[in-house]
Amino acid sequence: MKFSEQWLREWVSPQLATQALADQITMAGLEVDAVDPVAAAFQGVVIAEVVDKAQHPDANKLNVCQVIDGSGESVQVVCGAPNVDVGQKVAFAQVGAVLPGDFKIKKAKLRGVESRGMICSASELGLEEETSPGIMELPLDAPSGEDFRAWMGLDDSTIEVDLTPNRGDCLSLKGMAREVGVLNRLPVEGPAMSPVTPTHDETFPVEVRDGERCPRYIGRLIKGVDVTADTPLWMVERLRRSGVRSIDPIVDITNYVMLELGQPMHAFDRANLHERVEVRLARAGEQLTLLDGQEIALRDDTLVIADGRGALAIAGVMGGEHSGVNTETKDIFLESAFFTQLAVAGQARSYGLHTDASHRFERGVDPELTRDAVERATALLLEITGGEPGPLIEAVSHEQLPAPRQITLRRERLEQALGLSLPGEDVSEILERLGMPVEADEVAWRVAVPSWRFDVAIEEDLIEEVARIHGYNRLPVRRPQARLGLRPDGEIYQPLSRLRRQMVARGYQEAISYSFVAPELQKALMPQAVSPTLANPISSDMSVMRASLFPGLLKALEHNLNRQQNRVRLFETGLVFRGELDDLSQIPMMGALVCGNRDPEGWAARDDKIDFFDLKGDLESLLAMGGEPDAWRFEPGEHSALHPGQTARVLYRGEEAGWIGTLHPAVRAELGLKVEAVLFEVRLDALSQGQLPAFTPLSRYPEVRRDLAMLVDESLPVQSLLDCLREQAGEWLTGINLFDVYQGKGVEDGRKSVALGLTWQHPSRTLNDEEINQLVDAIVTESGQRFGAQLRS
Amino acid sequence: MDHLPNLVAEARGAIEAAQDIAALDEVRVRYLGKKGEITALLKGLGKLPPEERPAAGERINQAKQELSSELDRRRQLLEKAALDARLAAESLDVTLPGRGQPAGGLHPVTRTLERIEGLFTRIGFDVAVGPEIEDDYHNFEALNIPAHHPARGMADTFYFDASRLLRTHTSPVQVRTMKNEAPPIRIVCPGRVYRSDSDLTHTPMFHQVEGLLVDEDVSFADLKGTIEDFLHAFFERDDLSVRFRPSYFPFTEPSAEVDIECVMCGGDGCRVCSHSGWLEVMGCGMVHPEVFNHAGIDTERYKGFAFGMGAERLAMLRYGVNDLRLFFENDLRFLRQFA
Repeated sequence: MKFSEQWLREWVSPQLATQALADQITMAGLEVDAVDPVAAAFQGVVIAEVVDKAQHPDANKLNVCQVIDGSGESVQVVCGAPNVDVGQKVAFAQVGAVLPGDFKIKKAKLRGVESRGMICSASELGLEEETSPGIMELPLDAPSGEDFRAWMGLDDSTIEVDLTPNRGDCLSLKGMAREVGVLNRLPVEGPAMSPVTPTHDETFPVEVRDGERCPRYIGRLIKGVDVTADTPLWMVERLRRSGVRSIDPIVDITNYVMLELGQPMHAFDRANLHERVEVRLARAGEQLTLLDGQEIALRDDTLVIADGRGALAIAGVMGGEHSGVNTETKDIFLESAFFTQLAVAGQARSYGLHTDASHRFERGVDPELTRDAVERATALLLEITGGEPGPLIEAVSHEQLPAPRQITLRRERLEQALGLSLPGEDVSEILERLGMPVEADEVAWRVAVPSWRFDVAIEEDLIEEVARIHGYNRLPVRRPQARLGLRPDGEIYQPLSRLRRQMVARGYQEAISYSFVAPELQKALMPQAVSPTLANPISSDMSVMRASLFPGLLKALEHNLNRQQNRVRLFETGLVFRGELDDLSQIPMMGALVCGNRDPEGWAARDDKIDFFDLKGDLESLLAMGGEPDAWRFEPGEHSALHPGQTARVLYRGEEAGWIGTLHPAVRAELGLKVEAVLFEVRLDALSQGQLPAFTPLSRYPEVRRDLAMLVDESLPVQSLLDCLREQAGEWLTGINLFDVYQGKGVEDGRKSVALGLTWQHPSRTLNDEEINQLVDAIVTESGQRFGAQLRS
Repeated sequence: MDHLPNLVAEARGAIEAAQDIAALDEVRVRYLGKKGEITALLKGLGKLPPEERPAAGERINQAKQELSSELDRRRQLLEKAALDARLAAESLDVTLPGRGQPAGGLHPVTRTLERIEGLFTRIGFDVAVGPEIEDDYHNFEALNIPAHHPARGMADTFYFDASRLLRTHTSPVQVRTMKNEAPPIRIVCPGRVYRSDSDLTHTPMFHQVEGLLVDEDVSFADLKGTIEDFLHAFFERDDLSVRFRPSYFPFTEPSAEVDIECVMCGGDGCRVCSHSGWLEVMGCGMVHPEVFNHAGIDTERYKGFAFGMGAERLAMLRYGVNDLRLFFENDLRFLRQFA
């Protein structure tokens, strides 16, 4: 909502400077977005009359004019505008004037002819953005010699208010003035309005077939209007200052009344109305050409204004091209109606439209305004275009009109809600000035809600009104009181913040990437992945929900590699989305990626590249935090994004919890990545699990250690050997340390030597060689049988 | 016997001449060893007349002790010199950087979220989280935003189908909590939210922290106190001006926008605050009774307040980040600044 400060001040004029007024409006909940001067700075421009015009002797397109500017004698000025003419009143920049853009007017000679000043166009005065085709013609009664700026009232500001959707009642001067009146405890007075006396009794049939959507419809025939009349300058200016362009007098008047009172209106050309006006739902597929030339097929949930031949307009949204007023129009049918919020809500948007009318109807237009608006518009029409008004044609469904509402505001409740006891008369005054008649007693106010306040329905709404007008910042400040109660806190759970910090300690930067990714990228990594697709994505490369953290991490890697950041260690936590919408899992995961050198470049660093085991070590450090290392297993696995020989499925308590592996070379090639990367992602619910530490007494007896070097097939996962060892090594085994894996000289091709240090300790006695030898024998025998393992001699 | 003084002088000279422990040891052996020259004198005492022996013995012993302590002193000196030399040889350039994996860092948004969570959990709020793909009911309906409500246009929603969407705020978590728990409720809900907006000042995903307190006897004054305390604590400035501006959210009534004095210019007006001196940082209000009705909470007995803020915005103000989009590019040069 944009309006002129001067116009507002005609209704109510508090003793406040412009900025103070704007601040006051903002602090009442009607946020002022901008306060701008209605015209750029200029001076030295007066109203003048053109009294003579002669062709310039040396230039076809120039005229030599004489103007009377009140200085006594006529002034000669050369003017290039095609529309300049004798008898016009014009805006004349005298010598010494300064126009917008610091353009100084000096005495000049144009092709040898003296020119003392300039006749201005609207754009030269900063009143129009586009370059005007000619000079600005002022009304003939404009007083020559008077300062143009003052006469036009250009020392005015446009105030633009960004209204919240509940405050449709403020989408008019009347509504804004009401608010300013309440805030300043001032009476508000609009222009005098009185019903027009009809001068003929011709009507036109109106049939409202959907009284639920259109409880009130008023029409009026006005015959013999002059559509060629000029919209008066004062109205053009007010419209301009409200951000509305002047089009023709009829449209200008309906727009003016909409800005003034808040009622959107529409004028039909009577000649193009057939049989009757109908207000009904459209027939599915019914065609309509809108005012903007767009042809649409209507849906059957759209309320239209139609005549006997078909739809003419979308009710409360936009009129049609064929029934609109044009230069030939003689008689008009003026419409002022109350369409309910529900009737209009969503309609404009569904056809890709947004109009001043739909904006207002969606937010609620006062159902009691319909008649005032049509009378006001008629009066203005008669003044500007002339014409013969007929009687009002009114169709009302009284039972469908919003019922008058009464709300009780309890004194105790108000006090409790605000933490403050306000004097009763202040509360009454605030409500009364808002147009809400009250009946007060000792316990409550009975408040009648005015027809324009669609947002006031319950007691809390009234509390807000009182608080808002009283001023939020004058309300008390207190700290909430609460009973202190300890909360259960599962010690075994690792909070996310701890897991994150572990990654940070291991040298990772945390990334946050979008939850939607490019479908091609996701497909390249996981052709089988199913995740929901957005119906209205911002762009196609952000259209599918991530089924893994890998796409985001790889995108971040790419971003960094492109910026000479070659050593990348990133992790991210967040949801991944798996399955169709109806069978969807939203799983919290932690993922990580490493790439580049193991060590940062430095004097003591080696040049080694990272590999699988670097990332695995970091992952293991996370897994160790829960204190149950045996619950986690890594087994060789296959993942479409990962290298088939360098991939492990990560199991927690026997269930898949995630994956770790080197990026598949084929995927790497597809993504255009030149370097190796290793990634993992693991479910956070598993990572956050753990167990309570359980103390084992420390043995006072010596530890026994045996080192075994076992030869096994190179394809045998060490984990299998370890499992076998653990199984056979008896209950006093306290540790297995895998200290070497060797292939090469001395070891047969296809085999590897696995060196293990086993330690045993008994809680209450010294273990003897005999028992340990037996255990070692059992290990060797069993692993020999199971895997063909041999002791390396 | 008469050459004892000469012998002592000679031994002294040899001690001083010894340049290392080995040489010194040789000196000791030569004079005081089993076959040493001083030792030989002692052994030769028996050849003296008995009456001269005590005096001669005392002189020799005295000379022996003198030399012995000279030897010790010289040894200590040489040892210290040796140690000094070794230490000098072993000295490092301690200004060289250390070895190993440097620490990484948290994302500034996480850092901000954790800070906000921390401020609230310390006064008794719990952290609650929920799904990001939500349904219409939890994201809108239960928050008093029925279909076709003009407020739906306020948040440009990402949809999957007619009823499923990406949450536009973390308020659905509040709805779920109110349904599942009885008052008193004190929660903060941090998380990702989504709106289909993408330009210089909007990213289609960002982070919010919303808070909810439901209890008996909760007033707008409590809301004001909590928000003011929070903003003072967050920005670590007790004198930071905070103002409450009436606004509209369908799920709160009364509702307010919260502005703080611009932290960039101190309220004088700058580019960041559009020369207004104020920055809009949060929305808040008293929980709308309709929201309580959906959750089955008795509106006569309980009242509540709710608030919500954007983590990126607060992070930008706190750390002086001037481009929102940097938060999701994951540029290491950006991320490392927040370690």
